[in-house]
Amino acid sequence: MQDYQSQKSIVLDILDAHQSMPGNLLPILHGIQDTLGCIPSAAVEDIAKALNLSKAEVHGVISFYHYFRTTPPGKHTIRICRAESCQAMNSKALENHAKQTLGIDFHETTADEHFSLEPVYCLGNCACSPSMTIDGDVYGRVTPEKFDQLIAVCKGAN
Amino acid sequence: MTRLFVSRDSTALSLGAEQVAKTLQEQASSKGLDIQIVRNGSRGLFWLEPLVEVETTQGRVAYGPVQAEDVAGLLDSGLLEGKEHPLYLGNIEELPYFKNQNRLTFARVGLTDPVSLDDYLAHDGYRGLKNALAMPAADIVKHVTDSGLRGRGGAAFPTGIKWNTVLNAPAEQKYIVCNADEGDSGTFSDRMIMEGDPFVLIEGMTIAGLAVGATQGYIYLRVEYPHAKVALNQAIAAAYQNGYLGENIQGSGKTFHLEVRSGAGAYICGEETSLLESLEGKRGLVRYKPPLPAIVGLFGKPTIVNNVISLASVPVILDKGGEFYKDYGMGRSRGTLPLQLAGNIKHPGLFEAAFGMTLRELLYDYGGGSASGRPIRAVQVGGPLGAYLHEGQFDTPLDYEAFAAISAVLGHGGIVVHDDTVDMADMARYAMEFCVEESCGKCTPCRIGSTRGVEVIDRIVGNIDKDKNTALLRDLCDTMMCGSLCAMGGMTPYPVLSALNHFPEDFGLPAAKA
Ligand SMILES: Cc1cc2nc3c(=O)[nH]c(=O)nc-3n(C[C@H](O)[C@H](O)[C@H](O)COP(=O)(O)O)c2cc1C
Ligand code: SF4
Ligand code: FES
Repeated sequence: MQDYQSQKSIVLDILDAHQSMPGNLLPILHGIQDTLGCIPSAAVEDIAKALNLSKAEVHGVISFYHYFRTTPPGKHTIRICRAESCQAMNSKALENHAKQTLGIDFHETTADEHFSLEPVYCLGNCACSPSMTIDGDVYGRVTPEKFDQLIAVCKGAN
Repeated sequence: MTRLFVSRDSTALSLGAEQVAKTLQEQASSKGLDIQIVRNGSRGLFWLEPLVEVETTQGRVAYGPVQAEDVAGLLDSGLLEGKEHPLYLGNIEELPYFKNQNRLTFARVGLTDPVSLDDYLAHDGYRGLKNALAMPAADIVKHVTDSGLRGRGGAAFPTGIKWNTVLNAPAEQKYIVCNADEGDSGTFSDRMIMEGDPFVLIEGMTIAGLAVGATQGYIYLRVEYPHAKVALNQAIAAAYQNGYLGENIQGSGKTFHLEVRSGAGAYICGEETSLLESLEGKRGLVRYKPPLPAIVGLFGKPTIVNNVISLASVPVILDKGGEFYKDYGMGRSRGTLPLQLAGNIKHPGLFEAAFGMTLRELLYDYGGGSASGRPIRAVQVGGPLGAYLHEGQFDTPLDYEAFAAISAVLGHGGIVVHDDTVDMADMARYAMEFCVEESCGKCTPCRIGSTRGVEVIDRIVGNIDKDKNTALLRDLCDTMMCGSLCAMGGMTPYPVLSALNHFPEDFGLPAAKA
């Protein structure tokens, strides 16, 4: 866990930059997660204070949205689509293969902190199901073999 | 110099288009060939992506699907002159899959450079806005009403009526909100427009602003679409620079500002009131209606909330007139619908057609049947809240009313195909599970009922009190349909009941009568 004191000034800058924007909470949370990789729980108090909200309200928003996270992700985030079109092209096999290969379930990070695995419900890539993303890059028609190749490339890059 | 086209569309990228473009550039440079690669949208024939198109003296010639390792061979065999090669396809626009479409909304997608304003203008862009700027607001609304355009986001509500409500709502500030949450599985037409022709959406929203007197617009874009965000922001910047957005648009004295906002992975934020809550920085809880967003919308002000395709269809309507658009289609379903073929299908892609062709034509004549080569067994139309159709229903014309008549929905035009290996009890269970995952939590039938629904289906499949639990599942679906505030809880029973009714054998129940 990184200590929040070193991140606090970044959070305050982001809060400052969005001060006059109407409906600014989501853009602020995105800004923080984009920069720090997650929204540290300790930041909730600063966000609440700046927006004149209760801590519970801010926490309620963070926990409502699947995309926001309060713990740091691994070096690479893998998102596998679980929705119908991908299921029609056997995404279940891909899902199971990924869990087994990485040794983790959805919402978990490998012990070496290389990979986090997240479910996603449609990437708009349904014409080439099954789909997944690695650090935001979309891959289509992903077979277990292709998954292994992509993971190997990620590991090689480290 | 020879111009080549390699798509920047997400699906093309997911198949390796980036590597193809890079390799092309490198090899051409090392051979001293003078080329320019335009990163266009996609023609939507996804089994042919990554597609490479070349401008030649005989017109535009296509090759596909091209992988990076094919590039050297292509260049050697005369790619730049449009010469023969095993991957040669000729002019994409002559292929039946493309030729037999009615591309109104998607007219430029795959053809032009999505973020070049000059290219947009050269291909009839901003003609609708030009007309709109010369009209009183009520006339703009009238064109949209006359066109018969109904919301393409799912509920098919007449767009003209919605605009008229906002036009007549007195207020200092009004808003145009574009629903770009596109959460339905099997839908990607919104994404393709935003990546492939963002100006058409920007133009549509600007016209909407003029029509109702709104000076601020927001595009609420799902976070799963990073490439769309880049393209939109590039196009918005160009529109501002050239006086198509901002103050005094094209010297008219009219103002319209536009901004992209990111969602955060919640399906329910596609529901319009939940979307507004999210834009205001709150949890995406569905609001009670009335009041309608058209009266009390974003920040309490009158607001148009429209789907991407609805708004992107407005420029052609204002360019060619409401009557022109209305001439396409059948019955009360007017104009064209960008259909999206996905799942287990040989030729997946985007097919923009006038309402009225049958599902079977689309699945077999254009889709080419299943990708696996096995029989098509079940087809879900209209996203995760849409019913599953069986073979006996494939002759239904693609028309809002015809679908309603068989207890199905056309929705956003997404079509997900399953072959005969599908387990429909599994799909029904998944529909309930998805509702558990994505319910906003406001009403009990949806929040709790979906969890109970998963359990009841498990008991049916597990052969525990089969008849009693089947009756219970129907009862639960009834409660969800009648007792839910929005279509999340209210329509989850559609896929569940259609699976149960059409494919009972998958639940271990006696087979349905043919
Ligand atoms: C659960 C749920 C999810 C929805 N998701 C979307 C969506 O992703 N995109 C969309 O345009 N409309 C979606 N809608 C429909 C919107 O509530 C609304 O009807 C639409 O944005 C209105 O625009 P239109 O009239 O142009 O279709 C959804 C509705 C529900 C109930
Ligand atoms: S039906 Fe479900 S998603 Fe819709 S308002 Fe009720 S709880 Fe929320
Ligand atoms: S269902 Fe997986 S990408 Fe759409």
